[in-house]
Amino acid sequence: MTSNNSALHPGSYLDQQGKYKGILGWLTSTDHKRIGILYLMCILVFFLVGVTLGGVMKLELLRPGEQYIDAQTYNGFFTVHGVIMIFMVVIPGLAAVFGNFFLPIMIGAKDVAFPRLNLFSWYIYLVGSGIAVLSQFGGNGAPDTGWTFYAPYSIDSNTNVTTAVLAAFVLGFSSILTGLNFIVTIHRMRAKGMTWFKMPLFPWSLYATAWIQVLATPIVGITLLMVIAERTFRIGFFDPSLGGDPILYQHLFWIYSHPAVYIMILPAMGVVTEIIPTFCQRKVFGYQAIVLSSLAIAGVGYLVWGHHMFTSGMSDFSRMAFSFLTFVVAIPSAIKVFNWIATMYKGSIRINTTFLYTLSFVFQFMIGGLTGLTLGSLATNIHVHDTYYVVAHFHYIVFGGMGFAFFAAIHYWFPKMFGRMYNEKLGKIGWAIVFSGFTLLYFPMFVLGLQGMPRRYFDYLPEYSVGHFISSIGGFVLIFGIIIMVFNLIRSARKGELAPANPWDGKTLEWTIASPPPLENFDNDVVVTEHPYDYK
Amino acid sequence: MQHENTHITSYRAHGVILVLLLFLTAITITVTWFDAGSLSVGVAMFVASIKASLVLLYFMHLKFDQLVFKVFAAVAFLLLAVVFIITFFDYLFR
Ligand SMILES: [Cu+2]
Repeated sequence: MTSNNSALHPGSYLDQQGKYKGILGWLTSTDHKRIGILYLMCILVFFLVGVTLGGVMKLELLRPGEQYIDAQTYNGFFTVHGVIMIFMVVIPGLAAVFGNFFLPIMIGAKDVAFPRLNLFSWYIYLVGSGIAVLSQFGGNGAPDTGWTFYAPYSIDSNTNVTTAVLAAFVLGFSSILTGLNFIVTIHRMRAKGMTWFKMPLFPWSLYATAWIQVLATPIVGITLLMVIAERTFRIGFFDPSLGGDPILYQHLFWIYSHPAVYIMILPAMGVVTEIIPTFCQRKVFGYQAIVLSSLAIAGVGYLVWGHHMFTSGMSDFSRMAFSFLTFVVAIPSAIKVFNWIATMYKGSIRINTTFLYTLSFVFQFMIGGLTGLTLGSLATNIHVHDTYYVVAHFHYIVFGGMGFAFFAAIHYWFPKMFGRMYNEKLGKIGWAIVFSGFTLLYFPMFVLGLQGMPRRYFDYLPEYSVGHFISSIGGFVLIFGIIIMVFNLIRSARKGELAPANPWDGKTLEWTIASPPPLENFDNDVVVTEHPYDYK
Repeated sequence: MQHENTHITSYRAHGVILVLLLFLTAITITVTWFDAGSLSVGVAMFVASIKASLVLLYFMHLKFDQLVFKVFAAVAFLLLAVVFIITFFDYLFR
């Protein structure tokens, strides 16, 4: 794609820069835009690996009984699927790809505050991902604990748990450094005139996210080291037979891993908050409410981790407190949904592929959020705990939410990133298949869960056959849709129509520069006078 | 970025802090000789936080830094404290 564009857009970031040509030029570039693209490529590859693992699991679950893979292989598959999707795809996802590419542009800066550290973060990400992939091979086979690595099983399992845990530990460093970089960038690099409350909302959401990355990730880092220490030196932190406390592990793990949900969903909300005003040509409704709700989600979201532990034997007092706080954190999330709908109200809405993905985000996020309240209340949680209901709920949030926001973002910013338009017709067909596949795949899981189907089993009783059959078919439809979408994007990046600087009539700063952006984004120093969403 | 107000701490001040840290370490070790039940955790944590604050304030120059960095550091530690308190509430009521 480099050679294709250079003839038409001289001076763009896709052209050769620095002393190296081709791939080496990319691997040594500290340009935030190139680093964003590097993350995009890696994340796309790992996403497809994760999808493949999910596809094989769906194939196995198509009919009851053992078909293609045995129980132990299945355990490895869901663990690896989880580790890849959580630590390598959705947590870095939007922040590392679109945050890197667009945060500096949207605040009128030439790069992030620490460009070399930024590239270094990508290398750490690569090393961590490499270790994660290694954990699948050799030794005593793929880890079989699930991505949560619950003790004491993670202490006793003789599979490659240590390697997988080490991978998550290393990946955490990449996340912390990216967060740190973004905090400093937002504090120090904003263009002249861009006050805090003139900053667009995607950077705001990245700011809230970055604080969670910096403050929460070290806790899981230490916890994972404790697991390694306990496995290697038999120090009794978590295993009761060594004098440890398994509930302490769950506390420490979820102190990070619940906020991690917000690491992935806050930037998703930010993306959607950028897209909706553009495609409705309306000023965003309640700018300050959106900013404050992002910060509130980051703050309160830090204190709700215990809702994952209602059946673990935690004290009653803690269970009630965590249930209450979980209901509290639903309020700022709901505020955002109302803001989006109010922004659309009376707007001149243009429906295209980007906007369809955005609408499906709002729809699916609401289903995911409301079913989260079922899980957050103590009585109903006990009924559906560790069933497919939970699996459906978090896939609605993580995939239906973050994943669809990622798809919306890649379509929205595609013309800016690659200088070409995607094919609208094929894009819409892809969306329709992805959306129907998604619904067919995950909605039946709510029903299965209510009927009592437990998660993480490779087989099931005959009464669950219909639900699993529909769900598996949905999985195959979804994979087909994803293939169409990826095909459309890759083909359009090479052969699509040339994109103008501002194809969607957006108001934020990235639309004021050429597509694709020049090397240092802006020719002159930017001075901001207007509010980011001043439509008419 | 340039440093407008670089503060140079004397060797003497560093030495005093070092002695203080060693003294506090001695306390931590001494406490383990007595069995004070759940109180021993509290004492150990308290001493550890004093030590961490000393390192942050003097060795890492937080004392001489701008207000915004002090606030950031304080917020981070406050959050850590809240997380500890919430976790230990579970143990208290279990
Ligand atoms: Cu949670």
